[in-house]
Amino acid sequence: MDGSPATWVGQSIERVEDATLLSGRGRYIDDLGTRPGTLHAAILRSSHAHAAIEAIEVAAARALPGVAAVLTGTDLAAITTPLVASVRAPIEARAMATDRVRYVGEPVAVVVAADRYIAEDALDLIEVTYRPRLAVVDPEAALAPAAPVLHDGLGGNLASERAFTYGDPDAAFAQAPHRISITSRYPRNTGSPIETYGVIAEYDPHEDAFDVLANFQGPFSIHAVVARALAVPGNRLRLRMPPDSGGSFGVKQGVAPYVVLIAAAARLVGRPVKWIEDRLEHLAASVAATNRVTTLSAAVDRDGRVLALDWDQLEDCGAYLRAPEPATLYRMHGNMTGAYAIRHVKIRNRVVLTNKTPTGLVRGFGGPQVYYPLERLMQRIAVELGLDPIDIIRRNLIPAETFPYRTATGALYDSGDYAHALDIALRDGGYQALCEKRDHARAEGRLYGIGIAAVVEPSVSNMGYITTVLTAAERRKAGPKNGAQANATVSLDPLGAVTVQVASVPQGQGHRTVLAQVIADVFGLRPIDIRVITDLDTAKDAWSIASGNYSSRFAPAVAGAAKLAAEKLRARLARIAASQLNTLADDLVFAGGKITSRCNPGLVLPFNRIAATSHWAPGTMPDDVGQAIRETVFWTPPELTAPTEADEVNSSLCHGFILDFCGVEIDRITGKARIDKYVTMHDCGTILHPGMVDGQIRGGFAQGLGAAVFEELAYGDDGAFIAGSFADYLLPTATEVPRIDILHIATPSPFTPLGAKGVGEGNCMSTPVCLANAVADALGVAAIDLPLTPAKLAALARGDEAPPPAGIASTKAAKPGDRTLRGAGETTVAASPETLWAMLLDPDILAGLIPGSHGVRKLSDTRFQATVTLGIGPVKGKYRADVSLADLTPPREATLTGAITGGLGSGDGRGCVTLTPDGAGTAIAYTYEVAVGGKIASIGDRLLDGATKIIIGQFFAALARKAGGSKPTSSRFARLRAWLRIGR
Amino acid sequence: MTLLNQKQKHRVSFTLNGVPVEIEVAPRTLLTDALRHGLGATGTHVGCEHGVCGACTIQINGAPARACLTLAVQVEGCVVRTVEGLAPAPDQDGQYRLSILQAAFRRHHALQCGFCTAGILMSLDAFLRETPLPSVEAITEVIGGHLCRCTGYAPIIDAAMEAAAELRGDAKHV
Amino acid sequence: MKPPPFDYLRADSIDEALAALHQHGGDARVLAGGQSLVPMLNMRLTRPSVLVDIMRVASLGEITTQRNELIVGAAVRQATLQQRPGLANEVPLLAAALPWVGHWQTRARGTICGSAAHADPSAEIPLCLTALGGTIRLRSRRKRRTVPAETFFAGTMLIDKDDDEMIEAVTFPMRRPNTGYAFAEVGRRHGDFAMVACAAMVDVAGIRLAVGGVADRPTARAFPLLEGSALDDALNEFAWALEARDDLHATARYRRDLVRQLGRQVIEAARS
Repeated sequence: MDGSPATWVGQSIERVEDATLLSGRGRYIDDLGTRPGTLHAAILRSSHAHAAIEAIEVAAARALPGVAAVLTGTDLAAITTPLVASVRAPIEARAMATDRVRYVGEPVAVVVAADRYIAEDALDLIEVTYRPRLAVVDPEAALAPAAPVLHDGLGGNLASERAFTYGDPDAAFAQAPHRISITSRYPRNTGSPIETYGVIAEYDPHEDAFDVLANFQGPFSIHAVVARALAVPGNRLRLRMPPDSGGSFGVKQGVAPYVVLIAAAARLVGRPVKWIEDRLEHLAASVAATNRVTTLSAAVDRDGRVLALDWDQLEDCGAYLRAPEPATLYRMHGNMTGAYAIRHVKIRNRVVLTNKTPTGLVRGFGGPQVYYPLERLMQRIAVELGLDPIDIIRRNLIPAETFPYRTATGALYDSGDYAHALDIALRDGGYQALCEKRDHARAEGRLYGIGIAAVVEPSVSNMGYITTVLTAAERRKAGPKNGAQANATVSLDPLGAVTVQVASVPQGQGHRTVLAQVIADVFGLRPIDIRVITDLDTAKDAWSIASGNYSSRFAPAVAGAAKLAAEKLRARLARIAASQLNTLADDLVFAGGKITSRCNPGLVLPFNRIAATSHWAPGTMPDDVGQAIRETVFWTPPELTAPTEADEVNSSLCHGFILDFCGVEIDRITGKARIDKYVTMHDCGTILHPGMVDGQIRGGFAQGLGAAVFEELAYGDDGAFIAGSFADYLLPTATEVPRIDILHIATPSPFTPLGAKGVGEGNCMSTPVCLANAVADALGVAAIDLPLTPAKLAALARGDEAPPPAGIASTKAAKPGDRTLRGAGETTVAASPETLWAMLLDPDILAGLIPGSHGVRKLSDTRFQATVTLGIGPVKGKYRADVSLADLTPPREATLTGAITGGLGSGDGRGCVTLTPDGAGTAIAYTYEVAVGGKIASIGDRLLDGATKIIIGQFFAALARKAGGSKPTSSRFARLRAWLRIGR
Repeated sequence: MTLLNQKQKHRVSFTLNGVPVEIEVAPRTLLTDALRHGLGATGTHVGCEHGVCGACTIQINGAPARACLTLAVQVEGCVVRTVEGLAPAPDQDGQYRLSILQAAFRRHHALQCGFCTAGILMSLDAFLRETPLPSVEAITEVIGGHLCRCTGYAPIIDAAMEAAAELRGDAKHV
Repeated sequence: MKPPPFDYLRADSIDEALAALHQHGGDARVLAGGQSLVPMLNMRLTRPSVLVDIMRVASLGEITTQRNELIVGAAVRQATLQQRPGLANEVPLLAAALPWVGHWQTRARGTICGSAAHADPSAEIPLCLTALGGTIRLRSRRKRRTVPAETFFAGTMLIDKDDDEMIEAVTFPMRRPNTGYAFAEVGRRHGDFAMVACAAMVDVAGIRLAVGGVADRPTARAFPLLEGSALDDALNEFAWALEARDDLHATARYRRDLVRQLGRQVIEAARS
């Protein structure tokens, strides 16, 4: 007719979003204007992983011209309440710390000023006095009886523990000929969207109402959390989202505490306040995926059939349980048997708190942490039984004829044909050829491996799954929670044009294009005729707690709801048209912008004329049609029931299937894993837009690759965060991401209006373990954890290191995570030990010796306080130093302990000095151990060792000089000192 | 010699997308902030402010530059191009058009959230002028100077290669 | 992430720049390409009171050759040098290393001398200067002096330069007859600072191997024309002597391994 395809759905049309975005006309949060008088916020963050806040000195910051206010946690606490969590536990989580900090990056104060530059100037003037406490970052260590406790009321760091049994796992394990186990430690990573968080908030005291613009992404259950924290009813928290958002991958759920912080600040200063998070803040303190320690065992029969699984999961949610956590642990609860028909399952879930950034939504949400051990275990079963890993997978897959399939833990898998998907993937992906390639490479002595992963990708979360963390009795008390409301509004304007509005809050996924396709099909229009609005306003638009952009719910749920809304309107339009054409509504076809009689094609009306009727001539409408102007549909799938008394839960509505395999070669010299081939087969049900589906797969793959090889939100054992910039938190770039082969089959979901399932997260679940399986295959190792860094793989690929030649000490390998900088030195000076001893105890002399000292105060005979400027090269900062002397053996030996704190971070150190008579002079020997935290550690960790060595060396060089000289100082060293610019 | 005091704002004049502009800035004002909040050219995005992500890449005198690592006062008298200047002027009947490169991005779904896209476009626009017949490897390295978290890069590489061919006149898309 | 306040001085001549450095000393910083300095400013790691922009000083933008040296002025951008016709013939090691310096976009702004002044222990340009026996030409109002690269780089971000001095140029010895050069580096990603970078120069008299990314400065060592296990032993000794340490991206052992293996590769490449 007009060149339109039979249906727009299923076509890879150009996106309606793109011309705007490509020409720089996007409207992201920082592109939107603000009200005159809007102030700008900057946040002071903790440099300590764990410390008591003893004092915050804000007077100098407040006095800076342009600064409107400096607010602390105490100020905020006066008008806000703690953020409620999903678990009732004595854990008080607030938007800003009050008396104690529990992770590096925790907000401690906020400056509100005329612009961001001035606000940051004022941050430099705030002095916080911390009393450091021991930190714990390892989840297993945090459970030790002697571990530092984060929340005193909890009595330990275990925030939740539940045990589950499905079927009869004990019997299965007792009977099975094999028990095969794996332990994995899944590291921390994050989605790291290129756009950071942003919040613009204002408060009307007369209406006691907040109006907030934030690049939040949902779930909107968090709206309730934010409103309660701000102590207003939900109708007084108007939350708006900008038209465009620069990516989220779950992470922008985590802007919620900052909505509280900035909204409260706006209320306290009486002016609108804007905050755009910077990248250092984002990496340190936005949201991390959980790290998890898992021990998984399988009861296996002789053929490799898995009879039972035994899961022990230890989930690390960081310093606070922030809603919706511990959802990462329970999102997959229905899927703990993956793609396999395993009827007996035992699960122990523990949630622990550590001195790290609180966790939250990150693409894949719980999937990577589950599939890593599960699919590593499937490979181990093949290796240990000497069977083909493909056979192991095939033997255990859920049979196609059993769908809809109820898993042992309660999920209802909607549709699938896993064996068929596996067959097609192996055939079309060239698995046989890849095996031959591996054999060939190995024959040449190369390190080549093949990895496989079979994954069920859940989508459309049941809002009730998180209540599985509660016991059945607790759930009964709290009342049932279940379902997932999706909604869409379709409206017709007086010219008969169609507008669609949804609460899906896209972050770049192209929702507007797909909705235009879906609605165009319903009305027989072109996508270009449909206008789709996705910037949500909670005060005016339809939404519910499940709204938002997560759990890959758009295609299965939101697009389906839009279709249902449009169909309702179409039915009414058909009635109107039928009455005008004197035919039956059933006789009418909507196509080509017209409404036409099927029986009598001469009977035809333009779509837009009928679509406008309800505006212009409501009196002419057939009596029972009502209006045909606007239709809002709320759709919640009946399959999403509440957890049962036996803790079975259908945690998600849809279940896609992924079968990945890959060939990886490891370079023996560099340890780098080169991805030679990567095949990913997807069954995501009906595909609405093939280009976008493949875009989701490629993007998910790249993030999965990042998690597997490059990315880690790394912490030292002392709680210092050391991946604080994009030079250390490494996102894969174009030169690291290979091309992948994408395959599809489609078994439409019977549970969704369009037959579609989610597809956005699958490769974040499948790719890390698929790559790890290939690496383990290449290296022939049983245990391997992420990230698969070159250093790690090289160490596995090589034997022992060549010993150091005579005269060079072999450095003892530091424990991983031990960031203590250690050093020693010695020098000989002309003065006697007694003279030196006196100098070390004299504050006036010390002032001249301490590098960069601005003066030393003697607090007691053994305690000193100094202000110092320290640094190397151009990097320098001002610090307050507290030094005490102990273990004094005059005039021979002393131990110095000290702490420095300043804008660039903090340090704790301990040193030992010994003075030994040496002829007429004294031999000075010193050793030191220093730990540095805060900003300088998070962005410059690799440079600290050299800097410490130099600064401490400086002190003793100065001591030697002052004591009457040692060796003459060369002019080169004089210049170096000048370059160090110590002593200003 | 020009000495600009930190306590004052100073007028900076340059050409932005072919149009002479003036703006008053402090010496420390980053070019990103001057373009976006001073001149309203919000198409240049800020992703990291330490020169790694590449979202803010623009062209100064025809060469790529991270605007976040450039002080506004440094572009005095320079020719600055941003994403807003990439598309040709609307045609006679008022239809807005995209450049060959932009159109190739749209065809290949080479963007999702679009936040990093302006920087990548500005890099590729400069690179394809310098290297009309690029290898896939060379294009990949140039795109390697940017972080994109959505696409996995392959569609960006495809779009760039196709745009290069079209710019050379080897291929044509309508 | 916004820089702290500073005055900005745009110098039109080298004398103006030197006068400013003379006046402000250590409170002044030279601003050239800004690819290292401005991130440090944005992170507030450094707080100069005045920035001296030298990029409009025409004489500093020159690349010249003189007595078998390639002289690169302080305002010469990395991309400009990389595009110099004949660079691969003049200084083959530099031509091999420049594509590894940052990214195409940052090379378009960053300068050769700025990289030397920043003195990151992993950076390629300081490594090339050290490997080749290049020099750094310093100038103040008081005097001019030329410092060999091997003593100029004194540690992590530490250089042998007085506060009132600026780098006027660096010099790279040009290709010598019957001499082979090779460069290789391994980073986590393309464009990252090297975990280990190796540069080798081999002639009839012997081997010179320089290593970056391991010690706190690029470090060169000369060997006779060793082969086989004698070369392995020499490389092992060098690897241990560099006192590698663990960091987020690589272990000390991994770095030593790369010195041994990559070192051998570049030596063999330079020999062939």
